[in-house]
Amino acid sequence: MLSEEEIREIEAEFPHYPTREAVSVEAMKIVQRHRGWVSDESIHELAEFLEMTPEELDSVATFYNLIYRKPVGRHVILVCDSISCWIMGYESMRARLTERLGIEMGQTSDDNRFTLLPIPCLGTCDHAPAMMVDEDLYRDLKPDDLEEILAGYE
Amino acid sequence: MERPLTKDIRQGNPPLNLEEYEQAGGYQALRKALRHMDPSEVTEEVKKSNLRGRGGAGFPTGQKWSFVPMGEKALHPKYLVANADEMEPGTFKDRLLLEGNPHQMIEGMILSAYAIQADVAYIFLRWAYKRAASLLTQAIHDAYQAGYLGKHILDSDYSLEMHLHVSAGRYMCGEETGLLNALEGKRATPRAKPPFPQTSGLWGKDTIVNNVETLSNVPHIINRGGQWFKDLSYTDDGGSKIYGASGKVKNPGAWELPMGTTLREILEEHAGGMREGLKFRGLLPGGASTDFLVEEHLDAKMDFSSLQQYGSRLGTGTIIVLDDQTCPVGMVLNMERFFAQESCGWCTPCREGLPWTAKILAAIENGHGKMEYLELLERHSKLLGPGHTFCALAPGAVEPLQSALKYFREDFERHIKEQRCPWS
Repeated sequence: MLSEEEIREIEAEFPHYPTREAVSVEAMKIVQRHRGWVSDESIHELAEFLEMTPEELDSVATFYNLIYRKPVGRHVILVCDSISCWIMGYESMRARLTERLGIEMGQTSDDNRFTLLPIPCLGTCDHAPAMMVDEDLYRDLKPDDLEEILAGYE
Repeated sequence: MERPLTKDIRQGNPPLNLEEYEQAGGYQALRKALRHMDPSEVTEEVKKSNLRGRGGAGFPTGQKWSFVPMGEKALHPKYLVANADEMEPGTFKDRLLLEGNPHQMIEGMILSAYAIQADVAYIFLRWAYKRAASLLTQAIHDAYQAGYLGKHILDSDYSLEMHLHVSAGRYMCGEETGLLNALEGKRATPRAKPPFPQTSGLWGKDTIVNNVETLSNVPHIINRGGQWFKDLSYTDDGGSKIYGASGKVKNPGAWELPMGTTLREILEEHAGGMREGLKFRGLLPGGASTDFLVEEHLDAKMDFSSLQQYGSRLGTGTIIVLDDQTCPVGMVLNMERFFAQESCGWCTPCREGLPWTAKILAAIENGHGKMEYLELLERHSKLLGPGHTFCALAPGAVEPLQSALKYFREDFERHIKEQRCPWS
Protein backbone atom coordinates (compact mmCIF):
# COMPACT_ATOMS: atom_id res chain seq x y z
CA MET A 1 0.00 0.00 0.00
CA LEU A 2 1.18 3.53 -0.72
CA SER A 3 1.69 5.31 2.57
CA GLU A 4 -0.17 8.49 3.43
CA GLU A 5 3.10 10.37 3.28
CA GLU A 6 3.89 9.01 -0.19
CA ILE A 7 0.42 9.92 -1.42
CA ARG A 8 0.74 13.41 0.04
CA GLU A 9 4.09 13.96 -1.65
CA ILE A 10 2.83 12.66 -5.01
CA GLU A 11 -0.34 14.75 -4.83
CA ALA A 12 1.76 17.86 -4.20
CA GLU A 13 3.22 17.35 -7.71
CA PHE A 14 -0.14 17.13 -9.53
CA PRO A 15 -0.77 20.90 -9.80
CA HIS A 16 2.51 21.30 -11.74
CA TYR A 17 1.29 19.24 -14.71
CA PRO A 18 -1.90 18.91 -16.79
CA THR A 19 -1.93 15.08 -16.55
CA ARG A 20 -1.44 12.59 -13.73
CA GLU A 21 0.81 10.49 -15.97
CA ALA A 22 3.36 13.34 -16.10
CA VAL A 23 4.07 12.75 -12.41
CA SER A 24 5.06 9.10 -13.04
CA VAL A 25 8.83 9.53 -12.75
CA GLU A 26 8.57 11.79 -9.73
CA ALA A 27 6.09 9.39 -8.08
CA MET A 28 8.48 6.47 -8.52
CA LYS A 29 11.31 8.58 -7.11
CA ILE A 30 9.14 9.35 -4.08
CA VAL A 31 8.40 5.65 -3.50
CA GLN A 32 12.08 4.85 -3.97
CA ARG A 33 13.08 7.52 -1.46
CA HIS A 34 10.84 5.84 1.14
CA ARG A 35 11.47 2.20 0.31
CA GLY A 36 14.86 2.12 -1.43
CA TRP A 37 13.48 0.64 -4.65
CA VAL A 38 10.31 0.21 -6.74
CA SER A 39 8.73 -3.26 -6.43
CA ASP A 40 6.17 -4.89 -8.73
CA GLU A 41 3.59 -4.21 -6.05
CA SER A 42 4.50 -0.50 -6.01
CA ILE A 43 4.26 -0.37 -9.80
CA HIS A 44 0.72 -1.76 -9.66
CA GLU A 45 -0.40 0.60 -6.92
CA LEU A 46 1.22 3.64 -8.47
CA ALA A 47 -0.18 2.83 -11.90
CA GLU A 48 -3.70 2.74 -10.53
CA PHE A 49 -3.11 6.00 -8.66
CA LEU A 50 -1.72 7.68 -11.80
CA GLU A 51 -4.45 6.27 -14.07
CA MET A 52 -1.96 4.31 -16.17
CA THR A 53 -1.69 0.59 -16.82
CA PRO A 54 1.02 -1.23 -14.85
CA GLU A 55 2.72 -2.14 -18.15
CA GLU A 56 2.82 1.50 -19.21
CA LEU A 57 4.33 2.58 -15.91
CA ASP A 58 6.84 -0.29 -15.93
CA SER A 59 7.94 0.73 -19.42
CA VAL A 60 8.75 4.14 -17.94
CA ALA A 61 10.38 2.64 -14.84
CA THR A 62 12.71 0.44 -16.86
CA PHE A 63 13.77 3.29 -19.15
CA TYR A 64 15.32 5.46 -16.45
CA ASN A 65 18.50 4.04 -14.94
CA LEU A 66 18.03 5.75 -11.59
CA ILE A 67 14.70 4.08 -10.91
CA TYR A 68 15.69 0.85 -9.18
CA ARG A 69 13.45 -2.13 -9.99
CA LYS A 70 15.56 -4.39 -7.77
CA PRO A 71 16.46 -3.86 -4.12
CA VAL A 72 19.68 -1.96 -3.51
CA GLY A 73 21.94 -1.74 -0.47
CA ARG A 74 21.68 0.93 2.21
CA HIS A 75 24.01 3.13 0.15
CA VAL A 76 24.42 3.34 -3.61
CA ILE A 77 27.84 4.13 -5.06
CA LEU A 78 27.63 5.61 -8.56
CA VAL A 79 30.99 5.58 -10.28
CA CYS A 80 31.35 7.79 -13.36
CA ASP A 81 32.68 5.68 -16.25
CA SER A 82 32.53 8.35 -18.97
CA ILE A 83 35.35 9.66 -21.06
CA SER A 84 37.05 12.30 -18.89
CA CYS A 85 37.00 10.03 -15.84
CA TRP A 86 38.28 7.16 -18.01
CA ILE A 87 41.23 9.29 -19.18
CA MET A 88 41.95 10.34 -15.59
CA GLY A 89 42.09 6.80 -14.25
CA TYR A 90 38.60 5.68 -13.30
CA GLU A 91 39.55 2.05 -13.95
CA SER A 92 41.94 1.92 -11.00
CA MET A 93 39.16 3.38 -8.83
CA ARG A 94 36.71 0.78 -10.02
CA ALA A 95 39.24 -1.99 -9.41
CA ARG A 96 39.83 -0.80 -5.84
CA LEU A 97 36.10 -0.57 -5.15
CA THR A 98 35.24 -4.03 -6.49
CA GLU A 99 38.19 -5.53 -4.62
CA ARG A 100 37.42 -3.72 -1.36
CA LEU A 101 33.69 -4.53 -1.44
CA GLY A 102 34.07 -8.00 -2.94
CA ILE A 103 31.40 -7.31 -5.57
CA GLU A 104 31.24 -6.49 -9.27
CA MET A 105 29.50 -3.51 -10.86
CA GLY A 106 25.74 -3.97 -10.53
CA GLN A 107 25.97 -6.03 -7.34
CA THR A 108 25.19 -5.44 -3.67
CA SER A 109 27.56 -6.37 -0.85
CA ASP A 110 26.60 -9.36 1.36
CA ASP A 111 26.07 -7.11 4.38
CA ASN A 112 23.64 -5.06 2.23
CA ARG A 113 25.69 -1.95 2.92
CA PHE A 114 26.66 -0.91 -0.63
CA THR A 115 25.38 -1.32 -4.18
CA LEU A 116 27.94 -0.49 -6.86
CA LEU A 117 26.68 1.00 -10.14
CA PRO A 118 28.24 2.76 -13.13
CA ILE A 119 26.86 6.20 -14.04
CA PRO A 120 27.40 8.29 -17.18
CA CYS A 121 29.25 11.61 -16.93
CA LEU A 122 28.51 13.43 -13.67
CA GLY A 123 29.34 16.82 -15.20
CA THR A 124 32.39 17.52 -13.09
CA CYS A 125 35.01 16.54 -15.68
CA ASP A 126 37.56 19.17 -14.60
CA HIS A 127 37.72 17.27 -11.31
CA ALA A 128 37.80 13.73 -12.68
CA PRO A 129 37.59 10.98 -11.63
CA ALA A 130 34.32 11.40 -9.77
CA MET A 131 31.67 9.34 -8.03
CA MET A 132 28.55 9.87 -5.95
CA VAL A 133 27.64 8.01 -2.79
CA ASP A 134 23.91 8.49 -2.22
CA GLU A 135 23.52 12.27 -2.68
CA ASP A 136 27.15 13.21 -2.08
CA LEU A 137 29.58 14.02 -4.87
CA TYR A 138 33.29 13.12 -4.57
CA ARG A 139 35.81 14.52 -7.05
CA ASP A 140 39.54 14.41 -7.87
CA LEU A 141 39.51 10.87 -6.46
CA LYS A 142 42.46 8.58 -5.90
CA PRO A 143 42.06 4.90 -5.00
CA ASP A 144 43.63 5.61 -1.61
CA ASP A 145 40.83 8.08 -0.79
CA LEU A 146 38.15 5.41 -0.97
CA GLU A 147 38.63 3.79 2.44
CA GLU A 148 37.96 7.01 4.31
CA ILE A 149 34.95 7.88 2.14
CA LEU A 150 33.32 4.47 2.56
CA ALA A 151 33.83 4.65 6.34
CA GLY A 152 31.34 7.53 6.38
CA TYR A 153 28.47 5.30 5.22
CA GLU A 154 27.34 2.63 7.67
CA MET B 1 37.02 41.85 -21.81
CA GLU B 2 33.50 41.50 -20.46
CA ARG B 3 32.25 38.28 -18.87
CA PRO B 4 28.51 38.85 -18.43
CA LEU B 5 27.66 35.23 -17.64
CA THR B 6 30.23 34.63 -14.94
CA LYS B 7 31.03 38.08 -13.52
CA ASP B 8 28.78 37.48 -10.51
CA ILE B 9 29.82 33.88 -9.92
CA ARG B 10 31.96 33.60 -6.81
CA GLN B 11 33.94 30.37 -7.09
CA GLY B 12 33.76 28.31 -3.93
CA ASN B 13 31.04 30.51 -2.39
CA PRO B 14 27.23 30.31 -2.43
CA PRO B 15 25.58 32.06 -5.40
CA LEU B 16 24.02 35.51 -5.14
CA ASN B 17 20.72 35.35 -3.28
CA LEU B 18 17.78 37.33 -4.60
CA GLU B 19 18.70 40.55 -2.83
CA GLU B 20 22.34 40.36 -3.92
CA TYR B 21 21.32 39.49 -7.46
CA GLU B 22 19.04 42.55 -7.54
CA GLN B 23 21.85 44.74 -6.18
CA ALA B 24 24.08 43.49 -9.00
CA GLY B 25 21.47 44.67 -11.51
CA GLY B 26 19.38 41.51 -11.54
CA TYR B 27 15.75 41.56 -12.73
CA GLN B 28 16.31 44.99 -14.30
CA ALA B 29 16.07 43.41 -17.74
CA LEU B 30 12.73 41.89 -16.77
CA ARG B 31 11.43 45.28 -15.57
CA LYS B 32 12.61 46.88 -18.78
CA ALA B 33 10.96 44.26 -20.97
CA LEU B 34 7.63 44.19 -19.12
CA ARG B 35 7.34 47.98 -19.00
CA HIS B 36 8.83 49.09 -22.27
CA MET B 37 9.00 46.20 -24.73
CA ASP B 38 6.48 44.12 -26.64
CA PRO B 39 7.16 40.39 -26.74
CA SER B 40 8.17 40.75 -30.39
CA GLU B 41 10.72 43.42 -29.46
CA VAL B 42 12.37 40.99 -27.04
CA THR B 43 12.59 38.40 -29.81
CA GLU B 44 13.96 41.02 -32.24
CA GLU B 45 16.70 42.03 -29.79
CA VAL B 46 17.74 38.39 -29.37
CA LYS B 47 17.74 37.94 -33.15
CA LYS B 48 19.94 41.00 -33.47
CA SER B 49 22.37 39.56 -30.91
CA ASN B 50 22.97 36.48 -33.06
CA LEU B 51 22.74 34.28 -29.98
CA ARG B 52 22.94 30.65 -31.11
CA GLY B 53 21.78 27.71 -28.99
CA ARG B 54 24.44 26.68 -26.50
CA GLY B 55 23.22 23.10 -26.06
CA GLY B 56 25.30 22.05 -29.04
CA ALA B 57 23.19 22.43 -32.16
CA GLY B 58 23.72 26.18 -32.49
CA PHE B 59 20.30 27.07 -33.87
CA PRO B 60 19.70 30.86 -33.77
CA THR B 61 17.65 31.44 -30.61
CA GLY B 62 15.59 34.42 -31.78
CA GLN B 63 14.67 32.60 -34.96
CA LYS B 64 13.58 29.55 -32.96
CA TRP B 65 11.28 31.73 -30.87
CA SER B 66 9.83 33.38 -33.96
CA PHE B 67 8.27 30.07 -35.07
CA VAL B 68 5.89 30.15 -32.11
CA PRO B 69 2.42 31.38 -33.16
CA MET B 70 1.67 34.76 -31.56
CA GLY B 71 -1.29 37.07 -31.15
CA GLU B 72 -4.95 36.42 -30.50
CA LYS B 73 -5.16 33.30 -32.62
CA ALA B 74 -2.37 31.55 -30.72
CA LEU B 75 -3.54 28.68 -28.52
CA HIS B 76 -2.72 28.56 -24.83
CA PRO B 77 -1.13 27.24 -22.69
CA LYS B 78 2.30 27.62 -24.27
CA TYR B 79 5.41 26.27 -22.63
CA LEU B 80 9.04 27.23 -22.16
CA VAL B 81 11.50 24.56 -21.03
CA ALA B 82 15.05 25.02 -19.76
CA ASN B 83 17.13 22.04 -20.83
CA ALA B 84 19.32 21.50 -17.76
CA ASP B 85 19.91 17.82 -18.50
CA GLU B 86 23.63 18.33 -19.11
CA MET B 87 24.74 14.78 -19.93
CA GLU B 88 27.12 15.13 -22.85
CA PRO B 89 30.26 13.33 -21.64
CA GLY B 90 33.01 15.83 -20.92
CA THR B 91 30.58 18.73 -20.38
CA PHE B 92 30.29 20.70 -17.14
CA LYS B 93 29.42 24.26 -18.18
CA ASP B 94 25.72 24.33 -17.27
CA ARG B 95 26.52 23.03 -13.80
CA LEU B 96 28.71 26.13 -13.36
CA LEU B 97 25.83 28.45 -14.31
CA LEU B 98 23.15 26.58 -12.34
CA GLU B 99 25.20 26.42 -9.17
CA GLY B 100 26.89 29.78 -9.71
CA ASN B 101 23.95 32.06 -10.54
CA PRO B 102 20.51 30.41 -10.57
CA HIS B 103 18.61 33.72 -10.67
CA GLN B 104 20.40 34.67 -13.88
CA MET B 105 18.90 31.66 -15.66
CA ILE B 106 15.50 32.14 -14.04
CA GLU B 107 15.38 35.77 -15.19
CA GLY B 108 16.44 34.61 -18.65
CA MET B 109 13.63 32.07 -18.61
CA ILE B 110 11.00 34.65 -17.61
CA LEU B 111 12.17 36.98 -20.39
CA SER B 112 12.18 34.17 -22.96
CA ALA B 113 8.76 32.99 -21.79
CA TYR B 114 7.48 36.57 -22.12
CA ALA B 115 8.84 36.76 -25.68
CA ILE B 116 6.77 33.74 -26.73
CA GLN B 117 3.96 34.50 -24.23
CA ALA B 118 4.36 31.18 -22.46
CA ASP B 119 2.10 30.38 -19.52
CA VAL B 120 4.16 27.68 -17.84
CA ALA B 121 7.93 27.12 -17.64
CA TYR B 122 9.76 23.98 -16.58
CA ILE B 123 13.38 23.47 -15.64
CA PHE B 124 14.31 19.94 -16.72
CA LEU B 125 17.24 19.12 -14.44
CA ARG B 126 19.33 15.98 -14.41
CA TRP B 127 19.20 13.87 -11.28
CA ALA B 128 22.90 14.12 -10.45
CA TYR B 129 22.82 17.91 -9.97
CA LYS B 130 21.73 17.82 -6.32
CA ARG B 131 23.20 21.19 -5.37
CA ALA B 132 21.61 22.87 -8.39
CA ALA B 133 18.24 21.34 -7.46
CA SER B 134 18.25 22.83 -3.99
CA LEU B 135 19.54 26.22 -5.20
CA LEU B 136 16.91 26.39 -7.96
CA THR B 137 14.11 25.40 -5.58
CA GLN B 138 15.09 28.28 -3.30
CA ALA B 139 15.54 30.73 -6.19
CA ILE B 140 12.13 29.89 -7.72
CA HIS B 141 10.52 30.31 -4.29
CA ASP B 142 12.19 33.69 -3.80
CA ALA B 143 11.27 34.85 -7.30
CA TYR B 144 7.60 34.06 -6.57
CA GLN B 145 7.78 35.93 -3.27
CA ALA B 146 9.25 38.98 -4.98
CA GLY B 147 6.57 39.01 -7.68
CA TYR B 148 8.85 37.96 -10.56
CA LEU B 149 6.79 34.79 -11.04
CA GLY B 150 3.10 34.04 -10.66
CA LYS B 151 0.12 36.20 -11.58
CA HIS B 152 0.68 39.70 -12.97
CA ILE B 153 4.44 39.82 -12.80
CA LEU B 154 5.57 43.25 -11.55
CA ASP B 155 1.93 44.41 -11.90
CA SER B 156 1.93 43.77 -15.63
CA ASP B 157 -0.61 41.74 -17.63
CA TYR B 158 1.89 38.93 -17.93
CA SER B 159 1.70 35.79 -15.74
CA LEU B 160 4.01 32.80 -15.61
CA GLU B 161 4.22 29.66 -13.46
CA MET B 162 7.59 27.90 -13.09
CA HIS B 163 8.32 24.36 -11.89
CA LEU B 164 11.44 22.30 -11.36
CA HIS B 165 11.39 18.78 -12.83
CA VAL B 166 14.20 16.51 -11.66
CA SER B 167 14.79 13.60 -14.01
CA ALA B 168 15.93 10.03 -13.32
CA GLY B 169 18.78 9.60 -15.80
CA ARG B 170 19.39 8.74 -19.48
CA TYR B 171 21.30 10.77 -22.09
CA MET B 172 18.25 10.77 -24.39
CA CYS B 173 16.50 13.22 -22.07
CA GLY B 174 18.79 15.93 -23.41
CA GLU B 175 17.45 15.47 -26.94
CA GLU B 176 14.78 18.11 -27.37
CA THR B 177 11.84 15.84 -28.21
CA GLY B 178 13.01 13.02 -25.92
CA LEU B 179 12.98 15.62 -23.17
CA LEU B 180 9.37 16.51 -23.97
CA ASN B 181 8.32 12.87 -23.70
CA ALA B 182 10.20 12.58 -20.42
CA LEU B 183 8.38 15.66 -19.06
CA GLU B 184 5.07 14.07 -20.02
CA GLY B 185 5.99 11.06 -17.88
CA LYS B 186 6.90 8.76 -20.75
CA ARG B 187 10.02 7.00 -22.02
CA ALA B 188 12.39 9.60 -23.45
CA THR B 189 12.19 8.38 -27.03
CA PRO B 190 12.51 11.00 -29.77
CA ARG B 191 9.54 12.36 -31.71
CA ALA B 192 9.24 12.78 -35.47
CA LYS B 193 9.95 16.29 -36.76
CA PRO B 194 8.00 18.04 -38.23
CA PRO B 195 5.89 19.04 -36.44
CA PHE B 196 8.53 20.89 -34.45
CA PRO B 197 8.05 21.58 -30.73
CA GLN B 198 7.52 25.28 -31.47
CA THR B 199 4.07 24.40 -32.83
CA SER B 200 3.49 20.97 -31.30
CA GLY B 201 5.55 20.34 -28.18
CA LEU B 202 4.52 19.50 -24.64
CA TRP B 203 1.06 17.91 -24.70
CA GLY B 204 0.82 19.05 -28.30
CA LYS B 205 1.09 22.73 -27.38
CA ASP B 206 3.54 25.38 -28.63
CA THR B 207 6.81 24.84 -26.79
CA ILE B 208 10.32 26.25 -26.78
CA VAL B 209 13.23 24.29 -25.34
CA ASN B 210 16.43 26.26 -24.68
CA ASN B 211 19.71 25.33 -23.02
CA VAL B 212 20.79 26.75 -19.64
CA GLU B 213 23.66 28.82 -21.09
CA THR B 214 21.43 30.14 -23.88
CA LEU B 215 18.81 31.33 -21.39
CA SER B 216 21.39 32.81 -19.01
CA ASN B 217 22.52 35.16 -21.79
CA VAL B 218 19.07 36.67 -22.34
CA PRO B 219 18.97 39.16 -19.40
CA HIS B 220 22.28 40.66 -20.59
CA ILE B 221 21.03 40.99 -24.18
CA ILE B 222 17.91 42.82 -22.99
CA ASN B 223 19.91 45.07 -20.62
CA ARG B 224 22.73 45.96 -22.96
CA GLY B 225 21.26 45.37 -26.41
CA GLY B 226 21.72 42.84 -29.20
CA GLN B 227 24.53 44.79 -30.86
CA TRP B 228 26.57 44.89 -27.63
CA PHE B 229 26.19 41.12 -27.29
CA LYS B 230 27.16 40.51 -30.88
CA ASP B 231 30.28 42.63 -30.41
CA LEU B 232 31.47 40.47 -27.50
CA SER B 233 32.36 37.81 -30.05
CA TYR B 234 35.45 37.59 -32.27
CA THR B 235 33.27 36.17 -35.05
CA ASP B 236 29.75 36.34 -36.47
CA ASP B 237 28.23 34.11 -33.79
CA GLY B 238 27.27 36.49 -30.98
CA GLY B 239 28.37 36.67 -27.38
CA SER B 240 30.80 35.14 -24.98
CA LYS B 241 31.01 31.39 -24.54
CA ILE B 242 31.81 29.16 -21.62
CA TYR B 243 34.63 26.93 -22.80
CA GLY B 244 36.11 24.16 -20.76
CA ALA B 245 38.86 21.55 -20.83
CA SER B 246 39.27 18.17 -19.20
CA GLY B 247 41.82 15.39 -19.58
CA LYS B 248 45.52 15.52 -18.72
CA VAL B 249 46.07 19.26 -19.00
CA LYS B 250 47.76 21.26 -16.24
CA ASN B 251 44.72 23.31 -15.30
CA PRO B 252 41.40 21.71 -16.24
CA GLY B 253 38.41 24.04 -15.81
CA ALA B 254 35.87 26.31 -17.47
CA TRP B 255 36.33 29.89 -18.67
CA GLU B 256 34.03 32.51 -20.16
CA LEU B 257 35.79 33.92 -23.24
CA PRO B 258 34.77 35.72 -26.41
CA MET B 259 33.02 33.40 -28.87
CA GLY B 260 35.58 32.46 -31.50
CA THR B 261 38.58 32.19 -29.14
CA THR B 262 41.07 29.79 -30.72
CA LEU B 263 41.57 26.23 -29.55
CA ARG B 264 45.24 27.06 -28.96
CA GLU B 265 44.46 29.92 -26.60
CA ILE B 266 42.03 27.79 -24.60
CA LEU B 267 44.38 24.86 -24.44
CA GLU B 268 47.65 26.65 -23.82
CA GLU B 269 46.73 29.83 -21.91
CA HIS B 270 43.67 28.78 -19.94
CA ALA B 271 44.12 25.03 -19.52
CA GLY B 272 47.87 25.58 -19.04
CA GLY B 273 48.98 23.11 -21.73
CA MET B 274 49.72 19.45 -21.24
CA ARG B 275 50.88 18.00 -17.94
CA GLU B 276 54.62 17.50 -17.53
CA GLY B 277 55.95 14.67 -19.67
CA LEU B 278 52.85 14.31 -21.83
CA LYS B 279 52.35 15.28 -25.45
CA PHE B 280 49.16 16.54 -27.07
CA ARG B 281 47.65 14.18 -29.63
CA GLY B 282 44.13 15.46 -30.28
CA LEU B 283 40.92 16.74 -28.78
CA LEU B 284 37.18 16.60 -28.98
CA PRO B 285 36.13 20.26 -29.13
CA GLY B 286 32.64 20.02 -27.65
CA GLY B 287 31.87 16.77 -25.87
CA ALA B 288 31.91 13.09 -26.80
CA SER B 289 29.68 13.53 -29.86
CA THR B 290 32.05 15.82 -31.78
CA ASP B 291 34.80 14.89 -34.26
CA PHE B 292 38.44 14.78 -33.16
CA LEU B 293 40.68 17.68 -34.12
CA VAL B 294 44.49 17.48 -34.07
CA GLU B 295 47.60 19.71 -33.91
CA GLU B 296 47.05 21.25 -37.36
CA HIS B 297 43.64 22.56 -36.25
CA LEU B 298 44.72 24.36 -33.10
CA ASP B 299 44.41 27.79 -34.65
CA ALA B 300 40.76 27.16 -35.47
CA LYS B 301 38.28 29.54 -33.90
CA MET B 302 35.89 27.88 -31.50
CA ASP B 303 32.54 28.90 -32.92
CA PHE B 304 29.74 27.16 -34.79
CA SER B 305 30.74 27.94 -38.38
CA SER B 306 34.55 27.84 -38.06
CA LEU B 307 34.78 24.30 -36.70
CA GLN B 308 32.51 22.98 -39.45
CA GLN B 309 35.24 23.85 -41.94
CA TYR B 310 37.46 21.30 -40.23
CA GLY B 311 34.80 18.61 -40.13
CA SER B 312 33.94 19.04 -36.48
CA ARG B 313 31.45 20.94 -34.35
CA LEU B 314 31.50 23.41 -31.47
CA GLY B 315 29.03 21.18 -29.62
CA THR B 316 29.00 22.22 -25.99
CA GLY B 317 32.40 23.94 -26.24
CA THR B 318 33.93 21.83 -23.49
CA ILE B 319 37.12 20.21 -24.79
CA ILE B 320 38.30 16.68 -23.97
CA VAL B 321 42.04 16.30 -24.49
CA LEU B 322 43.83 13.12 -25.64
CA ASP B 323 47.47 12.78 -24.59
CA ASP B 324 50.16 10.47 -25.97
CA GLN B 325 50.02 8.09 -23.03
CA THR B 326 46.30 7.42 -23.45
CA CYS B 327 45.15 4.88 -26.05
CA PRO B 328 42.98 6.47 -28.77
CA VAL B 329 41.25 3.13 -29.49
CA GLY B 330 40.42 2.71 -25.81
CA MET B 331 39.12 6.28 -25.75
CA VAL B 332 36.79 5.70 -28.69
CA LEU B 333 35.70 2.35 -27.22
CA ASN B 334 34.72 4.08 -23.97
CA MET B 335 32.57 6.59 -25.88
CA GLU B 336 30.93 4.03 -28.19
CA ARG B 337 30.02 1.89 -25.17
CA PHE B 338 28.40 4.96 -23.66
CA PHE B 339 26.40 5.71 -26.80
CA ALA B 340 25.39 2.05 -27.22
CA GLN B 341 24.16 1.98 -23.64
CA GLU B 342 22.30 5.27 -23.99
CA SER B 343 20.58 4.46 -27.29
CA CYS B 344 16.89 4.50 -26.47
CA GLY B 345 16.26 1.55 -28.79
CA TRP B 346 13.59 3.36 -30.77
CA CYS B 347 15.19 2.89 -34.20
CA THR B 348 17.01 -0.20 -35.41
CA PRO B 349 20.27 1.23 -36.83
CA CYS B 350 21.11 2.93 -33.54
CA ARG B 351 19.90 0.11 -31.27
CA GLU B 352 21.77 -2.60 -33.19
CA GLY B 353 24.58 -0.66 -34.84
CA LEU B 354 26.09 1.05 -31.81
CA PRO B 355 26.56 -2.13 -29.71
CA TRP B 356 28.04 -3.82 -32.79
CA THR B 357 30.46 -0.92 -33.23
CA ALA B 358 31.46 -1.13 -29.56
CA LYS B 359 32.03 -4.90 -29.87
CA ILE B 360 34.31 -4.47 -32.89
CA LEU B 361 36.29 -1.78 -31.06
CA ALA B 362 36.58 -4.00 -27.98
CA ALA B 363 37.93 -6.82 -30.15
CA ILE B 364 40.61 -4.51 -31.58
CA GLU B 365 41.49 -3.05 -28.17
CA ASN B 366 41.72 -6.51 -26.59
CA GLY B 367 44.01 -7.91 -29.26
CA HIS B 368 41.55 -9.85 -31.41
CA GLY B 369 41.23 -7.35 -34.25
CA LYS B 370 41.45 -8.02 -37.97
CA MET B 371 42.33 -5.49 -40.66
CA GLU B 372 38.89 -5.83 -42.29
CA TYR B 373 37.33 -4.56 -39.05
CA LEU B 374 38.55 -1.07 -39.94
CA GLU B 375 36.47 -1.08 -43.09
CA LEU B 376 33.53 -2.42 -41.08
CA LEU B 377 33.89 0.46 -38.63
CA GLU B 378 34.03 2.96 -41.47
CA ARG B 379 30.89 1.50 -43.00
CA HIS B 380 29.15 1.73 -39.63
CA SER B 381 30.10 5.38 -39.25
CA LYS B 382 28.40 6.10 -42.56
CA LEU B 383 25.31 3.96 -41.96
CA LEU B 384 24.77 5.41 -38.49
CA GLY B 385 25.39 8.95 -39.74
CA PRO B 386 22.94 11.72 -40.64
CA GLY B 387 19.85 10.57 -42.51
CA HIS B 388 19.89 6.94 -41.39
CA THR B 389 18.50 7.22 -37.88
CA PHE B 390 15.51 8.75 -36.13
CA CYS B 391 17.41 11.31 -34.05
CA ALA B 392 20.90 12.78 -33.69
CA LEU B 393 22.23 10.31 -31.09
CA ALA B 394 23.85 7.84 -33.51
CA PRO B 395 25.19 10.50 -35.91
CA GLY B 396 26.80 12.15 -32.87
CA ALA B 397 28.14 8.81 -31.68
CA VAL B 398 30.01 8.14 -34.92
CA GLU B 399 31.69 11.55 -35.04
CA PRO B 400 34.57 10.61 -32.69
CA LEU B 401 34.79 7.18 -34.36
CA GLN B 402 35.06 8.37 -37.96
CA SER B 403 37.60 11.05 -37.08
CA ALA B 404 39.67 8.68 -34.93
CA LEU B 405 39.87 6.30 -37.89
CA LYS B 406 41.17 9.21 -39.93
CA TYR B 407 43.68 10.77 -37.52
CA PHE B 408 44.77 7.73 -35.48
CA ARG B 409 44.69 5.08 -38.19
CA GLU B 410 48.21 3.89 -37.41
CA ASP B 411 47.23 3.26 -33.82
CA PHE B 412 44.30 1.10 -34.86
CA GLU B 413 46.56 -0.81 -37.25
CA ARG B 414 49.21 -1.33 -34.56
CA HIS B 415 46.60 -2.88 -32.26
CA ILE B 416 45.68 -5.33 -35.01
CA LYS B 417 49.24 -6.13 -36.13
CA GLU B 418 50.52 -6.64 -32.59
CA GLN B 419 47.25 -8.28 -31.40
CA ARG B 420 47.37 -6.19 -28.22
CA CYS B 421 46.94 -2.65 -26.97
CA PRO B 422 50.35 -0.97 -27.20
CA TRP B 423 49.35 1.26 -24.27
CA SER B 424 48.50 -1.48 -21.81
